[in-house]
Amino acid sequence: MTKLEARGLVKSYGPTPALRDVTLDIDEGEIVAVTGPSGCGKSTLLHCLAGILRPDAGEVSWRGHRIDTWSEAARSRLRRTEFGVLFQFGQLVAELTAAENVALPLLLAGTGRRAARAAACDWLERLGVAEYADVRPGEMSGGQQQRCATARALVTEPRVLFADEPTGALDTVTGEQVLTQLVRLARQQRTAVVLITHEPRIAAYADREIVLRDGAIDHTGLGLDAPLSGGAR
Amino acid sequence: MHGYELKRAYDQRLPQVRPLAFGQVYATLGRLLRDGLVASTGPERLTGPDRTAYSLTKDGRVTLERWLGTVEPPMPYVNSALFAKVVVALLVVDVEQARAYLIAQRQAHTDRLRELTALKTAPSATVDEVVAADYAIAHLDADLRWLRTTLERVADWHREVRA
Repeated sequence: MTKLEARGLVKSYGPTPALRDVTLDIDEGEIVAVTGPSGCGKSTLLHCLAGILRPDAGEVSWRGHRIDTWSEAARSRLRRTEFGVLFQFGQLVAELTAAENVALPLLLAGTGRRAARAAACDWLERLGVAEYADVRPGEMSGGQQQRCATARALVTEPRVLFADEPTGALDTVTGEQVLTQLVRLARQQRTAVVLITHEPRIAAYADREIVLRDGAIDHTGLGLDAPLSGGAR
Repeated sequence: MHGYELKRAYDQRLPQVRPLAFGQVYATLGRLLRDGLVASTGPERLTGPDRTAYSLTKDGRVTLERWLGTVEPPMPYVNSALFAKVVVALLVVDVEQARAYLIAQRQAHTDRLRELTALKTAPSATVDEVVAADYAIAHLDADLRWLRTTLERVADWHREVRA
């Protein structure tokens, strides 16, 4: 039943169209890569699916309920409980320790302080950064920060994780380690993942790839910068 | 080491390489023996059939160390069936044939990339398997970049080839 559906999504920034009639479905536990050249609308699509942005037209439904019409407060609650979001730069709170950062979504959802701390430490352990529980982000490497951000995104055991270039700021080896752990943990708890990337080797972690071009799904799956036309180029 | 043990070590330590037949192991050991690079320590029987154990000779170790210290020429020729097929398609058929091939090859590469990624991310993956998969993944990734840029350039290339 867990299903995220988008129907005819349209979104523009002023006169610039970012999404043009995008329709897609994501099933429970499915890992889907959204790829395409820079500026093709990947991040805008993720923001609309996660309820961060409202589309200008079209619908986003979660388990059969339209969420694009919900209030900001209701969409925000959904992101704290059933959705998780992970960005290229972890966006950890600089003043909080790793464990406090990871515990934050649980505290906001009403979990008690002690239980939240225990769950946070457990997730830091799973991501291999348990020893940084009481360290602030400024004293950690980019890879360690991104592991904490991954723990924070997964600590609520969301049904969908939205990951926007989650390894884009990391070196190749660290990036692959973070992604391998993310994918393993997501598969273990049947969390669906929407993974934005422009790298084929990152997209290969997914079960399926959706290619965007100029704000629309490119059904050729090629995502080339310019259209193919018989010998004209 | 016996031929059987060598074959087992090869399979375990070099996963994802072209499979090695038992016959090939014994034929190679025969050539190394002929050239004085390995010595036979005679057949022995533990359980089952007689087995001959081999060990490196002094010459063999020198040859091995020389081989290990020799840098491989980094891609001296663009020696790829992918490259050759596109050129031949442009020369003897047309741009659409070249493009169709590039698209089909890109799909096959993407499928294999996904297969190897699943293999290396499986919780049971050993470091041997991860390192071997990474080698293949890096090469597939490089090919995929070439396939993509060539798809965008194939019409220009066709004009040049046919000029």
